[in-house]
Amino acid sequence: MSENVWILGIHMTPFGKHADKDVIDLASEAALAAMRDANVTMKDIQILGYGNLTGGTQGQSLQKNIGQTGIPVFNVSNACATGATALRTGVMAIKAGEADYALAVGVEKLAGAGLLTGNTAAEVPENWTPKGRQGAIMPLDGRIGTVGMPGLFAQIGLAYNNSDPRADFELFARIAEKSHSHSTLNPNAAYQSAMSLEQIMNDPMISYPHTRSMCSANCDGAAAAVLVSETKLRTLPLEQQRRAVKISASIIATDPWTDGNQELADVNTVTRNASRDAYEQAGIGPEDLDLVELHDCFAAAELVHYDNLGLCAPGNAIDFFNTGATWRTGKMPVNVSGGLQSKGHPIAATGIANVWEVATHLRGEAGPRQIEGAKVGLAHVIGLGSTAGVHILEKSGL
Amino acid sequence: MSIPIVDYLVLEPTPHLVAQECTACKAKVFGRHNACPACFNESFAEYEVPTTGVLKTFTIVQFAAKGIPVPYATGIIDCGGMDVAANITGVDPTPEVITRGLEVQLTTFPLGKDASGVEAIGFGFEPV
Repeated sequence: MSENVWILGIHMTPFGKHADKDVIDLASEAALAAMRDANVTMKDIQILGYGNLTGGTQGQSLQKNIGQTGIPVFNVSNACATGATALRTGVMAIKAGEADYALAVGVEKLAGAGLLTGNTAAEVPENWTPKGRQGAIMPLDGRIGTVGMPGLFAQIGLAYNNSDPRADFELFARIAEKSHSHSTLNPNAAYQSAMSLEQIMNDPMISYPHTRSMCSANCDGAAAAVLVSETKLRTLPLEQQRRAVKISASIIATDPWTDGNQELADVNTVTRNASRDAYEQAGIGPEDLDLVELHDCFAAAELVHYDNLGLCAPGNAIDFFNTGATWRTGKMPVNVSGGLQSKGHPIAATGIANVWEVATHLRGEAGPRQIEGAKVGLAHVIGLGSTAGVHILEKSGL
Repeated sequence: MSIPIVDYLVLEPTPHLVAQECTACKAKVFGRHNACPACFNESFAEYEVPTTGVLKTFTIVQFAAKGIPVPYATGIIDCGGMDVAANITGVDPTPEVITRGLEVQLTTFPLGKDASGVEAIGFGFEPV
């Protein structure tokens, strides 16, 4: 039986514009606060999992600013699942018996970044020379499909349930309306203003059916977690044991072959596989969840993941949303933080920030947005490529 | 002289797309692969993709990297059981025109000549 793993300390910086801070300032802020929350220092940490997708920094850069102790660092890169992968690295080290304390950090500076796939088209060459595995003679973005995330996830959403025509612009806009409403209670969210359905639908169109306010918000932010083995946890003061949050499942999965998944990313199968394994590992089912933070990088993505995470009956995500189930007052609150559309999406921070959100509710420390009595929650991310990360968290029974 | 935008677009005798089909499990992919992503078999045969299909899903890109003309419609076409990513051409890129279930067919068009006068040929799918 491998060691159980708990979150002893965790922190998320406010998401938004941090013009006066660099990547390492943000990573340090999250890491130091998570260690204060855990009542440990760098002297206790035995392994560091670090993710910073676009900033080019390493965990070693963080160590040079908060404590160089010579421990192993695993610098991880898994697109938008980078933070979850850093966390998973720490979980594996503790489960393997190689560490009692692990630190996982995800950080990004992304405010004003524009399109993650580039804001200027690649140049058309002077001569046509076939290049690469498809013998392309010129850049393909815009000529054969789109590489842009808003358009990719638009296609994923409009394909929901064999291209159900009820999965339409207005439905996706109503999902964004929920996100922006939830964010009004989250002081850490990049955008904290409610938006009406009309405002959302009349916002500039990015990739139909996604308007700007239906897309994840580029912003700066960091999140960090201190993990501890259950054996070590039981030696700590009772108050720390009570606030600790159990990681009942920690899953990273990649996309298996499915027909067509090299033409359009199949984020459905990979999420279904990851959540199936997570529920099995945790020994619970989706009906046991009190709240879910899922990867709503675009409004259409949220719809498909209701189904992929088993929150509703297969094929029933539209009716499920229409009952109001996923609003914070519903029977299965989803993205009470405001989600990536409002809280923001500093890429590598996201997979730890959503764990922070769930853990904060389980500790009963979420303030005005607290889901009362929350005992079990799930955090999910998708990194295109593709990777799904699913973590199931449980409140301490002490 | 003309040249296709990608080597899986074959212009003669009539334009069509050619996929790589695993000789063992029949999984189909575009472009060069080292082994089959489904069954790891290392041999492929050429598979001629039907030139008509049904639009399964789409998007209309209004905001793209600078230099890419917008708006344009693009989507996934089910061509006889194989999914193909391509732009939808020959019609206005509006949600009134571009709909799921639209029956479409392969079409080709010139994309311009290079410094030595060779014409590039692109492809898309247009309503039948």
